[in-house]
Amino acid sequence: MSTHASTAQPSYLVDTGERKGLMAWLTTTDHKRIGLLYLYSMVTFFFVGVGIGFVMRLVQLTTFQKLITAQTYNALFTVHGVIMIFLFVVPGLPAIFGNFFLPILIGAKDVSFPRLNLASWYFFIVGAILAVLSLFTGGGAPDTGWTFYAPFSLKTGTNVSLAVFAAFVLGFSSMLTGINFITTIHRLRAPGMKWFRMPLMCWALYSTAWIQLLATPIVAITLVLVILERFFGIGIFDPAKGGDPLLYQHLFWIYSHPAVYIMILPAMGAITEIIPTFAKRPVFGYKAIAFSSMSIAAVGSLVWAHHMFTSGMSNVAQMVFSLLTMVVAVPSAIKVFNWVSTLYKGSIDFQPPLLFALTFIFLFCIGGLTGVMQGALAVNVHIHDTYFIVGHFHYVMFGGTGMALFAALLYWFPKMWGKMYSKKMIYAAWFPMFIGFNMLYFGMMILGVMGMPRRYYVHLPQFHTMHVVATVGSWFLVLGLLMFFGTLLYAIFKGKKAEDNPWGGVTLEWTIPSPPPLENFEEIPTVTHGPYHFEQKEAK
Amino acid sequence: MSEYVEHSADNQGEHHDEHPGYGTFIRVWVALLILTGCLVGASHLGQTYAVWGLLTLTPLKAGLVFYYFMHLRYEGPLFKVVVLVTLGTLLIFFALLFSDVAFR
Repeated sequence: MSTHASTAQPSYLVDTGERKGLMAWLTTTDHKRIGLLYLYSMVTFFFVGVGIGFVMRLVQLTTFQKLITAQTYNALFTVHGVIMIFLFVVPGLPAIFGNFFLPILIGAKDVSFPRLNLASWYFFIVGAILAVLSLFTGGGAPDTGWTFYAPFSLKTGTNVSLAVFAAFVLGFSSMLTGINFITTIHRLRAPGMKWFRMPLMCWALYSTAWIQLLATPIVAITLVLVILERFFGIGIFDPAKGGDPLLYQHLFWIYSHPAVYIMILPAMGAITEIIPTFAKRPVFGYKAIAFSSMSIAAVGSLVWAHHMFTSGMSNVAQMVFSLLTMVVAVPSAIKVFNWVSTLYKGSIDFQPPLLFALTFIFLFCIGGLTGVMQGALAVNVHIHDTYFIVGHFHYVMFGGTGMALFAALLYWFPKMWGKMYSKKMIYAAWFPMFIGFNMLYFGMMILGVMGMPRRYYVHLPQFHTMHVVATVGSWFLVLGLLMFFGTLLYAIFKGKKAEDNPWGGVTLEWTIPSPPPLENFEEIPTVTHGPYHFEQKEAK
Repeated sequence: MSEYVEHSADNQGEHHDEHPGYGTFIRVWVALLILTGCLVGASHLGQTYAVWGLLTLTPLKAGLVFYYFMHLRYEGPLFKVVVLVTLGTLLIFFALLFSDVAFR
């Protein structure tokens, strides 16, 4: 593989066009800058979501409530869900690291449709603004939960219509990104970059893009039907008019369960890049991981109704979806086994990205295994709509996607900004984050098994101790997050200059300067071998 | 960038520039009208006929539209396979939905 560490091109961070400063960023079609636009906006939304979650935990510090009203509590958990799901974890890794690194990883200068890429970001921002507007206009913040279940979402006087429309607009951002990535991977791979020579992050982004493209339109149409039903009473979902509220749940989860894989698959892809780099050996079972990504995308699209086991759907459907849910655990487990096998007998270089990658594996395993538990019908009926679900979900989405996003940020940070952060501060941030995370979300799972229902404004005295444990955990967690992002923010401005390849990585992004030049490569590289070719590096 | 597209390892899906004549379009249109008439007729015969009519004739109508008006007939095998995979996925979704609706 040819390498071009030195280049005459300026860094992508330097304004070279007619426009300068903010306008240069707002009109950029460079995939790296668009990745950063997504990063900055998403981190902002993430902290809004964290703040809301923090307040919700404070509310549960007492068994009687005075801090906020019950209606406000309903609005808070809805808005927390909408922000975290639609504005952070769904776009998450594909929009940030997919945009920034996909073209570089396959040896391209940009994505296939750079302008469409910028349009995707604008759809994202417009959707976000509409979501925020929905809190303060109409009948006030929606109180349905982020799932907008009918018939309540059809009847409530809160501003569901605008919030749902915001999700509709955000869906376009997701679909356009999906189209762009699929086309880029098919058409813009460098000479010699065959399918099985692509880094596994690309396989993860490819399978994610297909879900984005195929599943998102279903929820988009469903949300439009909710709006039509609210304004014109067309009677699709309202049982009073002959509609079927379960149809809403089916249509919603046909998208929203695969959306869970939109959230987690790129996270798995990032982890698959990090582990071989710090184990200094090729990934174990390349094809198994590549195909498991595609299998998760395919089988994960067929398990949606396990969210509906207590909704009143037929027993036959319950059994079918329970079985399919068990099946989807197989490709996920393949990945975990392969990561562990890659580490086995590797020359482990323990650095912050690996610490967060291992944290991901640990927390994701807890989240995944509790997911399999819920796939079993009998268990599901007992713990459905309890805090167990909330704990499980956060283990997968925050412990999984969130930690992987942090790991990816730490891994690619030196490449993205050309600066290095304080590793000591990152280790220091990890500790309260990890302790607080487990106190908070494992506490929630215990509460769920004890019988504490989710989304309740008040709780009974027998649940109080664990609520206090979970709330104190949230303080540690927030402290860790502030330290983590504070450290990275400081490093962007004041960090030491990073080397071009500080971790000894062997994929294409480590062959170019840090930060990357405007068009990534001085000349398009010719790829002659697979992505994790550590032997050759050692031989040199 | 064009040079680099030529180097792409996977250059599939060439567009075939054939176009059917107006006569074909008109014949397909008439066929669609006849099928719509059959559907309207079936709906007057009772619910069972209406449902089976919808389940069988509507895909046929959609197929004609795909095949002629959307030029699927004149595309390469890759496009046809992609459309078939999409339809297959849709059928799986329907089958899974019916595992609920049909047994409630």
